[in-house]
Amino acid sequence: MIKTDILIIGAGPVGLFTVFEAGLMRLKCHVIDALPVPGGQCAEIYPKKPIYDIPGFPEILAGDLIKNLEQQIKPFNPGYTLGERAETINRLDDGSFVVTSASGLLHHAPVVVIAGGLGSFEPRKPPIANIADFENKGVDYIVRDPEKYRNKRIVISGGGDSALDWALFLESVAAKVTLIHRRREFRGAPESVQKLAVLAASGRINVVTDAEVVDLKGDAHLETTIVQRINGNMEVISADYFIPLFGLSPKLGPIGDWGLDIEKNAIKVNNALDYGTNIPGIFAVGDVNTYPGKLKLILCGFHEAAVAVQFAYSIINPDKKFVMKYTTVNGITGFDGVKKETKKAEYISI
Amino acid sequence: MVNITIIDREGKHHPLEVPSDMNLNLMELCKSAELPVEGTCGGIALCASCQCYVLSAHELPEKSEAEEEMLDQAFFVQPNSRLGCQIQITDSLDNLVIHLAPDAN
Repeated sequence: MIKTDILIIGAGPVGLFTVFEAGLMRLKCHVIDALPVPGGQCAEIYPKKPIYDIPGFPEILAGDLIKNLEQQIKPFNPGYTLGERAETINRLDDGSFVVTSASGLLHHAPVVVIAGGLGSFEPRKPPIANIADFENKGVDYIVRDPEKYRNKRIVISGGGDSALDWALFLESVAAKVTLIHRRREFRGAPESVQKLAVLAASGRINVVTDAEVVDLKGDAHLETTIVQRINGNMEVISADYFIPLFGLSPKLGPIGDWGLDIEKNAIKVNNALDYGTNIPGIFAVGDVNTYPGKLKLILCGFHEAAVAVQFAYSIINPDKKFVMKYTTVNGITGFDGVKKETKKAEYISI
Repeated sequence: MVNITIIDREGKHHPLEVPSDMNLNLMELCKSAELPVEGTCGGIALCASCQCYVLSAHELPEKSEAEEEMLDQAFFVQPNSRLGCQIQITDSLDNLVIHLAPDAN
């Protein structure tokens, strides 16, 4: 079991900055995120987009903001559980919490700060009525181990980078690869598009365009995909596996079942005081929370995190009082004892 | 001001009178009219939650690379599909009619 002072759900910019504010108060943090790398939306959706409203940065790429935050919190050495969604929460008799992540890993802390943004990023599932029936029985939304597909018949759908790249990669592994796309144009690196054209011309990848998969058939396991052309014609394509690759979209997910007050997919918090939720000891900061006048801005999340950890401190240390000191006065001392502070002036006698 | 009609997912018509000088786009209009459009990505053509079908014969700005790319990953896409966040409301959009695409989530 992982033990920490503050368990942070979400490794986006606000979750990461929470580690910093907590660190100033000597509170240790552990961060859980469904994505395999820190950064949340900034890393997953728009790493190369510039952000113009981070105070002090006239312009910064979302990916660089995350890199900077990771560097800023390094002295406070946070723990990470990445690539795993936080699934369930249990409140113990002493008021502390145990959060279980997807692999069954247990995390124990007296305070939980939810900085979950729009939720966890999950593969977009095509609107095929019976697709759920074939999940783990031939339908995979993510390619985890290409060897699984050796000598199998694969149908991939999607027109973006990952559909293209996996079709090219699996061509040498699978018995047969069919790539289905709604349009004729494929988007991706020019050399990948070129390679696809060559493999399609030689018949090594069966490319079906102006089409989409509309139905799946099979008994215990997927056997065929039913493909509809734009002109209405139907085609049956045998498949051991169907891999729809349509990117990721955020879902609030299991947090919605944690007993928190939810309004329009966001967690209600007390913005007059501490950004606490209806459950004492659980705070919510950043885009995941809501209150009158809420602005979904990274900078607002930073503020909320700074306030929330002050109140977290008094839960974790009920007998102590924390006196806030400016980093300009005190510098920062990492958990490894290394101190960063203003350089002292040196006097040289001449 | 321009008149824009938004047909929601249940088929209900919402005739709206909209200022054309406020740099609004169709996604923002839907949100401000409290129609069920999430605008998850904030308007940078990265989520398709504002996908709509353009029913009137208006000449619209061409789709950007980013919009085409996102529509490639979206569902229920039709030839007249657009992302509302990529369409700025201007005087030339008077009497525009759009239908919200089904919610893919």
